[in-house]
Amino acid sequence: MAQRGIREYNGKKMLAKYWSEYISKDFSFPGKVVLVNPNTKLDDLPKKHKWLKEEKLVVKPDQLFGKRGKHGLIKANASFDEVKKWIKERMNKDTKVGKVTGKLTHFLIEPYVTHKGEFYVAIKSNRDGDTIYFSNHGGVDIESVWDTVAEILVPVEEDVNKINIESKLPKDTPKDKKKMFADFIKGLFTFYRELGYAYLEINPFVASGKNIVPLDLVARIDDTAHFEYSTKWGDLPFPAPFGRKLSKEEKYIKEMDEKSGASLKLTVLNPKGCIWTMVAGGGGSVIYTDTIVDLGYRDELANYGEYSGNPTTDQTYEYAKTILDLMTREKDPKGRPKFLLVGGGIANFTDVAKTFTGITMALRDYKKKLKDTNVKIYVRRGGPNYQEGLRIMKDLGEELGIPIDVYGPETHMTRIVDMALGGKK
Amino acid sequence: MEAITVTKTKSKSKKQRKDYIIMDKNTKAIVFGYQQRAIQRMLDFDYICRREEQSVVAIVNPTREGTHKCFWGTKEILIPMYRTLGGAAKMYPEADFMVNFASFRSAYATSKEALESKTIRSVAIIAEGIPERRTKELIKIAKENNKWIIGPATVGGIAAGGFRIGNTAGMLDNIIASKLHRAGSVAYVSKSGGLSNELNNIIARNTDGIFEGVAIGGDTYPGSTFIEHIMRYEANPDIKMIVLLGEVGGTDEYVVVDALKSGKIKKPIVAWCIGTCSKVFPAEVQFGHAGARAGAERETSDAKNKALKDAGAVVPKHFDDFDKEIKKTFDKLVKSGKHKPIPDVEPPTIPLDYAVALKQGVIRKPAQFISTISDDRGEELRYCGVKISKIFEEEWGLGGVIGLLWFKKKLPKWAAGFLERVVLLTADHGPAVSGAHNSIVAARAGKDLISSLVSGLLTIGPRFGGAVQGSADHFTQYLYKGETPAFMVKEMKSKNVNIQGIGHRIKSVTNPDVRVTLMIDYAKKNFPKTETLDYALEVEKLTTSKRNNLILNVDGCIGVLCCDMLRGIGYSRDEVREVVDLGILNALFVLGRSIGFMGHIMDQKRMKSGLYRHPWDDINYMMPDKPEKVK
Repeated sequence: MAQRGIREYNGKKMLAKYWSEYISKDFSFPGKVVLVNPNTKLDDLPKKHKWLKEEKLVVKPDQLFGKRGKHGLIKANASFDEVKKWIKERMNKDTKVGKVTGKLTHFLIEPYVTHKGEFYVAIKSNRDGDTIYFSNHGGVDIESVWDTVAEILVPVEEDVNKINIESKLPKDTPKDKKKMFADFIKGLFTFYRELGYAYLEINPFVASGKNIVPLDLVARIDDTAHFEYSTKWGDLPFPAPFGRKLSKEEKYIKEMDEKSGASLKLTVLNPKGCIWTMVAGGGGSVIYTDTIVDLGYRDELANYGEYSGNPTTDQTYEYAKTILDLMTREKDPKGRPKFLLVGGGIANFTDVAKTFTGITMALRDYKKKLKDTNVKIYVRRGGPNYQEGLRIMKDLGEELGIPIDVYGPETHMTRIVDMALGGKK
Repeated sequence: MEAITVTKTKSKSKKQRKDYIIMDKNTKAIVFGYQQRAIQRMLDFDYICRREEQSVVAIVNPTREGTHKCFWGTKEILIPMYRTLGGAAKMYPEADFMVNFASFRSAYATSKEALESKTIRSVAIIAEGIPERRTKELIKIAKENNKWIIGPATVGGIAAGGFRIGNTAGMLDNIIASKLHRAGSVAYVSKSGGLSNELNNIIARNTDGIFEGVAIGGDTYPGSTFIEHIMRYEANPDIKMIVLLGEVGGTDEYVVVDALKSGKIKKPIVAWCIGTCSKVFPAEVQFGHAGARAGAERETSDAKNKALKDAGAVVPKHFDDFDKEIKKTFDKLVKSGKHKPIPDVEPPTIPLDYAVALKQGVIRKPAQFISTISDDRGEELRYCGVKISKIFEEEWGLGGVIGLLWFKKKLPKWAAGFLERVVLLTADHGPAVSGAHNSIVAARAGKDLISSLVSGLLTIGPRFGGAVQGSADHFTQYLYKGETPAFMVKEMKSKNVNIQGIGHRIKSVTNPDVRVTLMIDYAKKNFPKTETLDYALEVEKLTTSKRNNLILNVDGCIGVLCCDMLRGIGYSRDEVREVVDLGILNALFVLGRSIGFMGHIMDQKRMKSGLYRHPWDDINYMMPDKPEKVK
């Protein structure tokens, strides 16, 4: 797929595992971290991790979002009992982070490190290579002190050890730490490269004596590289980004999507909206949604929906039924008609008539409900056998007594949006 | 239709191709991966563009070399196939383009080889899911060698009237509808390959058509970027206008913005970034593309559209006006006298593909083959209409399956049971019989199982094993004609023909063959009628009165009972004769005895028996001293 976030827990565990191999043999990072999920028995944890009772602790959610301190989601310098209480108060509770509300389900516990001086290091993939970012002013919102950040590009396939990192560190780097930091950066970069990372940020890390301790870590990994790195990664989960829980229908479609080679996507944005879309193709579906929003019908947009990659008749049938069910549950409160846009661009090789089979089956099933909720349907599609596909849809409209307007490639792809909503022909 | 081999064409006084052209009507390509349909589509496109020569000169297929047969218009041609790119490139140095269909696992290595080769200048990478780091390495190699990558994760691109990368632009009728068979004057670059068909359509309907279109693919790091193609378009005097379709995520569109601002792009450019709806989504929803993820505000489509507009691109208010803005921009060019629209041309017709025409119901053709017993095409294998799962569930057994495939009937239990008993009885008769002996000799000569088995089976005929077939033939011949057993015995005697199925070396009336007894008991108990058996037993009475061992033997018994079984399941006498003539009884014997032969073969191989040589002392050498003189 692409770059995907991994949990801080997994990042730190990997760091601990490969620390001596890539980063330093002189000092170690024990990787004392515990991940708590909703099924974890908190009281049993100290048996396996004795340090939980012996040290002061830090606890925070581990769900791929940052700025946890800012959102009051870190508890530091706490005893294990305090940590337990803190987690229990938050586990499975809806929490708003920025604009997103979701459930907190995963927490990270680690030892609390007393320290002076926090540093920032990040490595980010870009077209020309990977850029290392370093600042002596970590621990804060790094953008606010961006002028203290040194940027060091390591070009594609270049050996980081051939780069004089020390000379490129910011001027305010403590003299006695320059070599230590340069070595750490080189090691971290090697770790990043050898393990297929695409983004790795440690903000902050602290330097106490001869040791470097990463406190907060964010990482993304390019999951398409799985076939090259799977032995090094081990069983590495890629959790879904923090966010709204999926509705029953969205979950159903998601499960169908995951089991199939085809692509089936559904996001319900506003179940009371009167504009529903069922669009073939990833790009096409985005364009239809764009156009509805850009034409000013944002508040009426009910869903984002896409099917592509040659789904079977059964799959399109189930997919269409799910959308029809959602849209015909109740009448529009203002008494307006509802609109279903069965859109799409020009297919390459997919038989359009065939892909409509599942949809027509679902429309037949929902004949009565479609009439009851005053649904009007607009179809636009091109590609192999599209004439037959459109004819089938048109005939179905007459058969069911439901208005179905059909258009081919001669009509601009998104024009049906305006036809439906603006009443234009 | 004549088959001709593509011979190496002497590169005609090659005109120096301009740097801004990466594909045109002279492009020769090597296709990596045995993508038969894509190759045909490329050739069909060449043909409707009236190219003089095919664009695909060679195929790289790591698992097979030789030739691939495909159509060039109505003719069939052969395209050479090599196991390695090196092999193909060596023979076709004029090929400077590679269409790489290798999987995401192997696309890196194969593209790298192409980019490092002397002759390939451009590589289109179709595969989706290539690790980003690998793509970055390819980009570096391409840059160092001054080469082009299109993709990964793309359908490719098209030079109208010249060259098509793989499957770009879909079916032929769509290509013609979008006027892609001849070059227009508008070039586009898009991220999405899925939308390129729609772009072809929009541009064809609102301008004089496409000159070239490239879909750079949806990955975070496309091998070539918007600006690189746009600068090619800017440099190409045949291109009058540029269309850009970007998307949410990434910052590559800003490079175009900068080029617009600095005046590097002078041609009119109509641009739109899709994904303006990202703002209405609650959390970060990722659309299909790896690169389509709006992190910062700057990467949103709204921000990019605004920046493009501010820099001087024509940006519609929304996608719904994209077509209108393209038309307006083109019309302005024409009105200003800067461009004279390119006229349409009629494309040559390409014969419909047989499969397509058949599906559309416009042609029909008598089949060369008819099969009436089984069908493997559907969801499930069927024998004579019965699903294999049903055969298992209902335990039809071997006899039931023989019934379906040989007789096309659902056999009653007694008949299926009879056939199974025949197989059991005929399975083996020891190593000494000629068939088994042959199998053993062949096996000991080191031949494989199938050869050894066939060696044994080839002995089955009038003298060995053939009595099953022969007895059925002899007895029904007389029985059905209404002749008496006495007449039959008399006439056979007078013709000096042994009655098949009568006689045994050891067994006799007083020492009956238990196999025969078993079969007769089964038949008497289960068969609706046993007319042939009864007739044969009457004959036996007569023959045994002459000699004690002229009994109905096991072969004869099976032969006549088979005829009775057929009568029992509804065959008329004529039909029984027909089925016997088909060789059904030999078939039963071959089926059964193959079990034994294979047993003997494996037995010999297990023991690692050496080559068999017949002992001299068992051969009476009676060679004359000299040959007979010819008079």
